[in-house]
Amino acid sequence: MIRLEKRPQPSGIWNAAAPVLAVLLTMVFGGLLFAALGNDPVEAIRTIFWDPLFGQFASFSRPQLLVKGGPLILIAVGLALGFRAGIWNIGAEGQYILGAICGAAVGLAFYPSEAWWLIYPLMIVAGALGGFLWAMIPGLLKVRFGTNEILVSLMLVYVAEQLLASMALGALRNPEGMGFPGSRNLAQHAGTANPEVIAGTGMHLGVATAFIVVILGYILLSRHLLGFHIRLTGESPRAAAFAGVNPGRLILICLGVSGALAGMAGLFEVTGPAAQISIDFNVGYGFTAIIVAFLGRLNPIGILLAGLLMALTYVGGEVASLMLGLPAAAIQLFQGMLLFFLLAVDVLTNYRIRIGRREVV
Amino acid sequence: MTETLLGIEGLTKAYPGVVANENVSFSIKPGEVHALLGENGAGKSTLVKTIYGLVKPDAGRMTLMGAPFEPAEPRAARIAGVAMVFQHFSLFDALSVAENIALGMEDPPKPRDLARRIREVSETYGLPLDPARVVGDLSAGERQRVEIIRCLLQDPRLLIMDEPTSVLTPQEVAILFDTLRQLSAEGTAILYISHKLEEIRTLCDAATILRLGKVVGSCVPKETSAREMAEMMVGGSLHVPERHPAPPGETVLRLSGLSAPSPRAFGTALKDINLDVHRGEVLGVGGVAGNGQDELLGALSGEILVRPGMIEMEGRDIGRVRPNARRRLGVLAAPEERMGHAAAPDMSLTENAVLSAAVRKAMLARGFVRWGQARTYAKEVIAGFDVRTPGPENAARSLSGGNLQKFVIGREILQDPEVFVVNQPTWGVDASAAAAIRQAILDLASKDAAVIVISQDLDELMEISDRFAALNEGRLSAPRPAAGLTVDEIGLMLGGAHDMDVAHLDHAEAGA
Repeated sequence: MIRLEKRPQPSGIWNAAAPVLAVLLTMVFGGLLFAALGNDPVEAIRTIFWDPLFGQFASFSRPQLLVKGGPLILIAVGLALGFRAGIWNIGAEGQYILGAICGAAVGLAFYPSEAWWLIYPLMIVAGALGGFLWAMIPGLLKVRFGTNEILVSLMLVYVAEQLLASMALGALRNPEGMGFPGSRNLAQHAGTANPEVIAGTGMHLGVATAFIVVILGYILLSRHLLGFHIRLTGESPRAAAFAGVNPGRLILICLGVSGALAGMAGLFEVTGPAAQISIDFNVGYGFTAIIVAFLGRLNPIGILLAGLLMALTYVGGEVASLMLGLPAAAIQLFQGMLLFFLLAVDVLTNYRIRIGRREVV
Repeated sequence: MTETLLGIEGLTKAYPGVVANENVSFSIKPGEVHALLGENGAGKSTLVKTIYGLVKPDAGRMTLMGAPFEPAEPRAARIAGVAMVFQHFSLFDALSVAENIALGMEDPPKPRDLARRIREVSETYGLPLDPARVVGDLSAGERQRVEIIRCLLQDPRLLIMDEPTSVLTPQEVAILFDTLRQLSAEGTAILYISHKLEEIRTLCDAATILRLGKVVGSCVPKETSAREMAEMMVGGSLHVPERHPAPPGETVLRLSGLSAPSPRAFGTALKDINLDVHRGEVLGVGGVAGNGQDELLGALSGEILVRPGMIEMEGRDIGRVRPNARRRLGVLAAPEERMGHAAAPDMSLTENAVLSAAVRKAMLARGFVRWGQARTYAKEVIAGFDVRTPGPENAARSLSGGNLQKFVIGREILQDPEVFVVNQPTWGVDASAAAAIRQAILDLASKDAAVIVISQDLDELMEISDRFAALNEGRLSAPRPAAGLTVDEIGLMLGGAHDMDVAHLDHAEAGA
């Protein structure tokens, strides 16, 4: 008989080892999945995890790691603050869209000015503000009326998608675009482009911001009183109230920060890799960032590594579907498996497994 | 009655790192009221859980009525005739009395028959209870009656009671004892666990004393003094707190018409509390749990904000002031629930030091936590209050209840409060640690702080209080000097017996 026994303290070793074990288990079961689809499992796993970094076309795929990892990390660090406090912002995708719309709108308002030093900072502020305000909707509703922030923030993603479509077809449509949906190209216009910090690496301003946010997030959680209050609220809300935490204020801070960061991620994306507001602008970074946040143990440094790993599965998945003809759904399943195994292995941090007859009740 | 009902021989049970029971042997006769005595961690709980089938022993054997008794689970123990009333009730607030009782039965009868049987049993044993009432509306004493009746419906041969009187007023205790004596006269044996030695001397026929998992002695309580029993439990002499009474100082805290709703469902609202607390005094607040103790502490600590003018500290209105700002003014509190309220279980002791001592112990610099300072303070508390732990980096949940209590109390007292409010300072703490905590409270008062001690332990309140007030259904009685108060007077202040009946003695005689 197998039983779980609670550890007196959380195990530090397992806390670090759980993500590694989860990745290994995902490789094993993912391999079985690919084998069932008629592919050579070893080759498929190698194509996903090895080729993008060191394969034949690595010089093309390596910059893509940062391009895809940047927004995931930026959003996930914000989400992790709330998740640590038990505040579940599931609607980062919507805040990401609103950030892109607001930022792009400000940039387009200045068109055709090329005063980048004036326009781009304003766009960043507008992007952050857009995401912030979109996140304030579930925040204020929760604080004022006790609504469930999970449902409200999730539902607002679908509202944001409709808004995005309406913008791409209406207010923000390129007047010189022959009637096609979508805004002007922001990335190719000098006044609104999101440049690479180091050319050819994929390291655009958003990626640099993500790295800075990782450091700030780490300092906030480990050194600042607000970070302590966030962790305390997540662990025991009553103790947090005793320590003087104002729960409503904390909800607004956590939702606001995660919304603003998601909004900034959207702005950097729309002025860089995506280049324009279009109907299918959002590709699910806001949802994948939830996986990244948990894979990184809700710890900013862990999120940095997890974001890069998740970007690898994205890039590797594309390579695999191109080279081996793996279906896109198989890659999504693969990513889902990663979260599944992580949560399963997570139990070992707080419990140890006892095999044998039961001894203690 | 010379035969043995329950025999226990050489029972041993070890957990990783600790032997809870080592070679424990004793026996209980039919109809005997047998006390099990020992400090926290002496192994009483493990022993009764073994008898009730919740724990499987490593070695040793038990017999019930001469037959081998090895209950694999509580159901087997219940079928064999062993029933248990736990210290913490397992009742659903939202269900009625009858529904709660039916949930605990193997095959409950039809609701109408069950209600009839509940009435029969409650009348026979003087425990009036309406089967249709919702448990959330019952007092603690009435909830205990639900648990007792649930047990009695199974016609047990052995009834185990774990700290049954900790939630009762003196009058309720007297009625419970009448019920237990009646049961005993009818041949039901009772295994009675309590810290309260005077109670055991009144009620019990025999006592077995445990220390560190071993039986260290047995006695006939009626022929042994409470002090002798306490010293057997502790294995040494007991330190009694010393007081140096001083004339009361100026008023430091004033409650005027304090009323506040409870933040929790089934909580008790505070109703029109008026009170002056002086420097240098210990004010004892007695009362049965659930009568507004948590709410009173919350209103004073700042977790519950109240309307302006209801709480004043040295003439300053603090009713709307939040917890950390109150701490800055010197109002500190230690809540009853250690795990999850006074301390965060999964956080280290250093982090738990920051939890309430950040503002007064200079652990903040521009919003950043000075962890070195926090660690130093955690170490200071550990050393000053004899907290048994390898160090401040250990998680709060790795400490035993008593040790964590010492940490929580020490964390507040070493901040030199002007006003200190504590709820259940020695709940679940062993005798020597309890004495140390009480001494620290008295020392604090002698340094001119005002201390409010909320407790259900009347002996404790009488030992350390200068004045005594009772909290009953959210109302506080006018405080009276503690010296010279009799048990009956205290009982009346606590709201009497919550309309409990005395056991019908004619039944008892018929049973005997």
